[in-house]
Amino acid sequence: MTAQEARLCGLLLREHFGEVVEKIGTHLLRSGAQNLRTIVNESGTPIDLVKKSLCVLMKHGACRFSIGRKGPGSPVEYQASCERILGILRYPRYIYTAKTLYSDTGELIIEELLQRGHMTMSSIVKMVADRLTHNMEEGRSIEYNEVVSTFSKLVETHFLQRCPPVSEVVTGPPTPESFSDCYLVPSVSLAGRGKRRRSGEDVVLDQGTTKKAKTDLQTHGDEGIYWQVNFERFHLHFRDQTIISAVASKLDQTSSEIVRTMLRMSEVTTTPSASCTQALSANEVFRSLPANYSISRPILDQYLTLLVDDPMEFVGKTGDSGGGMYVVNLHKALTNLARATLESVVQEKFGSRSARIFRLLLRKRHLEQKQVEDFAMIPAKEAKDMLYTLMSENLVLLQELPKTPDHAPSRTFYLYTVNQLATARMLLQHCYKAVANLIDRRLFQTKESKRLLEKSQRIEAIMASLQASGAEPEQLTEVEEMISAPEKQQLESLRHHINKLDSAENQVDETIFLLKSYVASTARITR
Amino acid sequence: MAGRGRGRGRSNLTFSIEAMGFAKGEGLPPSILQPTPLFPPMEHKPVPLATGEEAEYMQALKQEFRGAMKTLPFYIRPAAPKTDVERYSDKYHSGEPADNVIDWKPDWSRLPKELRIRVRKPVENRVSLPVDRMDRSSANHNLSKKEDVLLKLEALEKGEKAGSSEDEDEDETKKKQKEEEGTEGEEEYEEEELEEVTCMQMYHITQG
Repeated sequence: MTAQEARLCGLLLREHFGEVVEKIGTHLLRSGAQNLRTIVNESGTPIDLVKKSLCVLMKHGACRFSIGRKGPGSPVEYQASCERILGILRYPRYIYTAKTLYSDTGELIIEELLQRGHMTMSSIVKMVADRLTHNMEEGRSIEYNEVVSTFSKLVETHFLQRCPPVSEVVTGPPTPESFSDCYLVPSVSLAGRGKRRRSGEDVVLDQGTTKKAKTDLQTHGDEGIYWQVNFERFHLHFRDQTIISAVASKLDQTSSEIVRTMLRMSEVTTTPSASCTQALSANEVFRSLPANYSISRPILDQYLTLLVDDPMEFVGKTGDSGGGMYVVNLHKALTNLARATLESVVQEKFGSRSARIFRLLLRKRHLEQKQVEDFAMIPAKEAKDMLYTLMSENLVLLQELPKTPDHAPSRTFYLYTVNQLATARMLLQHCYKAVANLIDRRLFQTKESKRLLEKSQRIEAIMASLQASGAEPEQLTEVEEMISAPEKQQLESLRHHINKLDSAENQVDETIFLLKSYVASTARITR
Repeated sequence: MAGRGRGRGRSNLTFSIEAMGFAKGEGLPPSILQPTPLFPPMEHKPVPLATGEEAEYMQALKQEFRGAMKTLPFYIRPAAPKTDVERYSDKYHSGEPADNVIDWKPDWSRLPKELRIRVRKPVENRVSLPVDRMDRSSANHNLSKKEDVLLKLEALEKGEKAGSSEDEDEDETKKKQKEEEGTEGEEEYEEEELEEVTCMQMYHITQG
């Protein structure tokens, strides 16, 4: 939990849950596990607001409670989870992935779950059905069963999981996987269709609304079983997507299809923390290729050989039985992708010659000043300059190798080196800082133009009401003219800036995901 | 001791100059005496952002999500401090957020007991809320028992008359606020009713 992460968490909490939750959340992040009274005293917030914030944070999984440190009698302690809050950055990506895999129904299910933290299956199904019905044309509505089937598919592929049961005596962080019924869909009696919410008509029907009150009180047999989004599964999916698109851009579409097939086949057999997938024989791969990619067997063998020989080492050969046993090297792929990211960052920031020096140092590990100049084929003065710039940014380190025990400077080797893991961590922190700055800038711009935005919103509302009540065109144009042309321009440019800032946040999040996966994967390997 | 090295030890540095790559006689670069500028000039311009359908869709999703979160009960706004004198109409205006009431219904079995707060009752009974709060709040309001009972009967009557439709009640309370507050309330009321018809993008900007 670094200062940059804490600042970013604070901004994310403020945007999504308000300033009260931001204050409590950042306080918990900075001071670790605390009990309720300490939080109230140290943060200076009234106890009711603290209670509400803690309830909200726990509903969304950002905070958990555990028994106090001093034993069973001591008050309950609360601990906030930095990673979970940072995950809010990635919500649009989760929703978009659900849309590509399970179309609109899946998208809405994931969106509703992300907005509300965790919910019972019946409430999700009802809400999603109502929303889908609302967006469809008049006269059509969605059966609950359709939503239930999409929900079951999401659970089968592990994208959704049950929340683990909560008990007062919690020893460590509860892992949902340790709960045996994690992916068991309860048998629920849900019959009905989505209700279309009509704005004006609800007022009239008395019976309609009493029926509505009754259905709200119905229990569906799955009380107490809450579902949450399984972020780890989404991350595995993203990792696979990244590898496949890297292969596609480096080699060609067919090789990426082969790698996609291999990853798909090993989805269930590979543990999430494995460094490479289970070995697959070339025969199996040939049989499982998608129907529209009919390549002949020798061609497949050639492609596999190419993939194995590629310096990025995405695919490795572990044996010769069954036509050749091949694995996808997940850890090596992540390492190489992270390395490519670092190289590209240096290139964009310092120019292609500095990038050449950086790549050289990554490949050759330790080099002296003279050797750097020779291998990179850059004149001495410029090479020196670039090296020092890279060193001042902490991308390149200096390793001293004494020849004599008295470490005399004239008799010591000074070697330049790059430490990939440390550099990746540092860049990760830079990314967090970048996103925090982007959010800050967006909030600042919105605040500056607040008056203008409010005015435009009022005018929109007036326009809409006039149109709904059927006014003449002169009235409409009159209202439109209440905003002057320069103001319209200002609004337009404001909208453009905000869109750009949002887009930039999404893109930085992709880099964050890659670097974080690499760091986590390396930590797992070395443990 | 200070003057002893004059002329002899002037360029006695801890590192050898040749190893660092400086030729003899060449000056060292000048030392910097102030912190680096806050916005240093960039020699290389950044790569343009990725555009395309996917990027735009995700950006729209992000803005919608932010806007939706602001409307959900999880967005906690602290109750505005009462700066004015207590007024008679206070007990009929429950007003928006109150600190000791939570707007959504959590599953209390999953939360520690100490966090339990009163859940805000649904809209039909909103008129009776001020009466309840008057009962429990601190010694400022000293109502006798008879007044309590009378007020409760009044509130229940009102509750029945107002009917069971949420919209009507909301409209009523909104109308009351509108009369009190003037044009601000009117726009809020219109926005409330017509938020679906309002231009989506402007909605995103103001909410996000």
